Amino acid sequence: MSLDPSFVGRTYPPTAPYQVGREKIREFAGAIGATDPAHHDPEAARALGHSDVVAPPTFPVIITMAASSQIIEDPALGVDYSRVVHGDQRFAYTRPVVAGDELVCTNTIEDVSTRGGHGFLTTRTDVSTVGGDPVVSVWAKYVVRGEA
Amino acid sequence: MELPAQTFRVTRADLVRYAGASGDFNPIHWSDRVATKVGLPGVIAHGMFTMALVGRAITEWAGAPDAVVEYGVRFTRPVVVPDDDQGTEIEVTARVREVTEDGLTRIDVTAVCGGEKVLSQARATIRSTR
Repeated sequence: MSLDPSFVGRTYPPTAPYQVGREKIREFAGAIGATDPAHHDPEAARALGHSDVVAPPTFPVIITMAASSQIIEDPALGVDYSRVVHGDQRFAYTRPVVAGDELVCTNTIEDVSTRGGHGFLTTRTDVSTVGGDPVVSVWAKYVVRGEA
Repeated sequence: MELPAQTFRVTRADLVRYAGASGDFNPIHWSDRVATKVGLPGVIAHGMFTMALVGRAITEWAGAPDAVVEYGVRFTRPVVVPDDDQGTEIEVTARVREVTEDGLTRIDVTAVCGGEKVLSQARATIRSTR
């Protein structure tokens, strides 16, 4: 799978705002067995200084994975999604995501390479509020497996 | 310093629930037919589910649900989840690598399933608790 290196540095238009719901945070926390009251009870979250329930650390992937389809499905880049393997994932937080946040994602292609017949793609998604305040930056590295 | 080990049991039901909560409906996480067709031994856990469980361990060690400043992993081996009541088990351990002057603790994390490491370069930075 050969990927075009001229895509390095390309930034895509911001995605439509994602409204973080209290019940979505509770559902996600429940699905991973995270029982800390701050994920479920707004009062417990307020006691820690947050305006509403706090999302677990990997919650932003719900938003960024949907947003990164902008890149993965960009016909000009031409990634074959059925050959994509998730390699690395990293989050750097300015603050935790909380219920009530309205978040937009800006995707950038940080690196593209081809080695041993496989394509490698590193994306960065900067997640910020609609007002432009940074919340979390999320990096993902994908391997696009070559034809056997 | 070693942090106390934490163990997480993972069953098929957990994968279905995570798929719904996260929106990741890739059939390799719920269909043996599809998983084996693409060369996997069977249904595997979402990498992001494993990362979420390890994230739980990290917030537990941190003593606060909002203390993680940075968290990254590399997915090296799939977590195969059999279709039975026991499922499988992921054991998570960690070692404190550094405590910085400005109150950040950097830890190196190990996640093992069936005797094999399923993550590499798993690292987190946490703020010291209040």
